Amino acid sequence: MKETGTLKIAAHGDLELVMTRVLNAPRGLVFDAFTKPELVKRWLFGPDGWSMPVCEIDLRVGGSYRYVWRHDRNGTEMGMGGVYREIVIPERLVSTEKFDEAWYPGEAVGTVVFVEQAGKTTVTQTVRYNSRETRDGVLKSPMESGVAASYDRLEALLASPEQRGKAS
Amino acid sequence: MSPERLDATFAALADPTRRAILARLASGEASVAQLAEPFAMSQPAISKHLKVLERAGLISHGRDAQRRPRRLEPKPLAEATKWLESYRQFWEASFQRLDALLDGLQTTKKKGRYPKH
Repeated sequence: MKETGTLKIAAHGDLELVMTRVLNAPRGLVFDAFTKPELVKRWLFGPDGWSMPVCEIDLRVGGSYRYVWRHDRNGTEMGMGGVYREIVIPERLVSTEKFDEAWYPGEAVGTVVFVEQAGKTTVTQTVRYNSRETRDGVLKSPMESGVAASYDRLEALLASPEQRGKAS
Repeated sequence: MSPERLDATFAALADPTRRAILARLASGEASVAQLAEPFAMSQPAISKHLKVLERAGLISHGRDAQRRPRRLEPKPLAEATKWLESYRQFWEASFQRLDALLDGLQTTKKKGRYPKH
């Protein structure tokens, strides 16, 4: 976890995804990079070919934010936004988040925690999805090939190190 | 993939025992007794996990009344994987850009152009 540059994603509890990344900078600066639109716009847009034409942040409790990403070649747009629930500069941010075309019900709640150690900052992002216990009906689908491979990929993405030993 | 389905899939996958059950079923169908074997758990306890997996559509069971063998239903898993892959790709690419941005800002800051918090 001390290594910079490695993104870890793990499942936690029932419906949380936890993502951890170490950055080689003091946390005040990292916090700014997460909360100042002129900085956020310069990095938070995923794979090359996308940009972030809209980035509005009203950094106060109850204030909202709005992000829109655009695929530069085909013009596809994807937007999301939410409201800040908790702000502790430069340690902690809690906000709701909802994509315009949400693939989950209601809003998710995202918590970002910034911890600095020896000049490096560990960013831990937790997204808690709005749980709704399940629905009826079993998806009937023909067996596809490559199930095991797909399962392995998912396991690699999800399992935390301590779970990995037990689950194999 | 429907939102409820994705939710259910992730809830089902959050547990290591359930992931181990899925891993076992990836190599072929199995009865409850066979699935319970590798775990220090009673069959009823395993059955509870199987119910969660079944409600999430991740497994189904065969017609054989005696054994009711469980088998993997690949579709929800494949969809959840696809979603997670794109999620990871988004953040990996973004963080790499952030690395460069932070480097640049720290260089600038030393020259006194970026205000301290």
